[in-house]
Amino acid sequence: MHITTMSTLYEQLGGAPAVEAAVDLFYRKVLLDDRISDFFEGVDMDRQISKQKAFLTMVFGGPVSYSGQDLRRGHAHLVARGLNDSHFNAVIENLGASLAELGVASELINEVAALAETTRADVLGK
Amino acid sequence: MSLVSSSTLSWEGTPVPCLEGDTALEALLRAGIAIPHSCRAGACQSCLVQAKSGVIPAAAQQGLKESLRAQNYLLACLCRPEQDLTLVPPGPGVRIPAFLTEVGWLSDSVLRVRLAATAPLGHRPGQYLTLFRPDGLGRSYSIAGDDLELHVRRIPGGAMSSWLAEAQAGDAVTIQGPAGDCFYTPNDTAQPLLLAGAGTGLAPLYGILRDALRQGHQGPIWLYHGALNERGLYLTAELQAMAAEHANFEYRPALLDRDGPLPELISRDHPKLNSWRGFVCGDPTIVNLLRKRLFLGGMASRAISADAFLPATLK
Repeated sequence: MHITTMSTLYEQLGGAPAVEAAVDLFYRKVLLDDRISDFFEGVDMDRQISKQKAFLTMVFGGPVSYSGQDLRRGHAHLVARGLNDSHFNAVIENLGASLAELGVASELINEVAALAETTRADVLGK
Repeated sequence: MSLVSSSTLSWEGTPVPCLEGDTALEALLRAGIAIPHSCRAGACQSCLVQAKSGVIPAAAQQGLKESLRAQNYLLACLCRPEQDLTLVPPGPGVRIPAFLTEVGWLSDSVLRVRLAATAPLGHRPGQYLTLFRPDGLGRSYSIAGDDLELHVRRIPGGAMSSWLAEAQAGDAVTIQGPAGDCFYTPNDTAQPLLLAGAGTGLAPLYGILRDALRQGHQGPIWLYHGALNERGLYLTAELQAMAAEHANFEYRPALLDRDGPLPELISRDHPKLNSWRGFVCGDPTIVNLLRKRLFLGGMASRAISADAFLPATLK
């Protein structure tokens, strides 16, 4: 019997090494983006980078999943400081730009953006 | 909600009351047990203790070297007992007897202290050790070279620095360590290195610099030593002499009142740091500013080693 398996989005993107490759690029763009950089002021870099890795793994369809409650709790202090849709959009934009810079095909970038989109309501506490 | 945690903590066989949310260090100190401690943040490793039985929370072994983990050592300040846990003081061999061989001033606020240990410490320059006075008071200091050279900033009213300022060659101490991952590794001897720090952040950088040169590092090495003004600098003559001797080494004393903030000065000198490796040391505020600046300049996050000096807590 011949079995064909569809590779997952995470596998198509390159798995953990792809997360490693993307995390610095993505985090640097976020820190340099005046629309959102204030939210990262004074945040511990090591901790932030490991969170960004978890986030990228999740939106790449990889083996990390936050519950809606985790995301609400984790962002509640930022929502209190004014985190809204425009900031969420800016993060997704930086994510797309990072992946494009790494040569990821636009169909895959759209899939990643769609996965990220599923977290919007919880991140923004809606 | 119960105030008393469901776990049982004991010290050398005697139960110690542990409140919900307590660290083992807090519980032991409240019970009147004199555990050496300083930073309360898992960095100085003064509060090293050994578990004889029970379950060690994973967070309690953060930053410990493998040989200590394997012997069930843990840091009391990071340990929130979740289940039964029996602790005892560190065994012999963990703290090494040592004595001071030299105490002298490098500037009007920084002491150079040299030590001789009675057994090898197995350290890399740039790592740190914890120095204990005979009465058990402990503080962490970076190691500035192959020999055990420490740079101690004189803190007005500071217990350890005041004691060291009066100490003499021959005085006995004990040391524990080493710890920390801020040191040179010769895997790419052509890579440009950027060393930056302020105050006694120079100590680990001086150790890393000398280690890199001794191991034949070929790539450029830039050392930035930040200070408010001239009086905050030290070892300037030695560093200038090293720069004259080694064509690949640049020494940049950076005075806030003359050159402006150190991160900006580095950005002006090196707008792109993509292929560089960085070491940043000193108090946490400057370390965080520097590592962020190096990262935004293009340095890979994993290429940046940082050592933020935490103050001793007074509680």
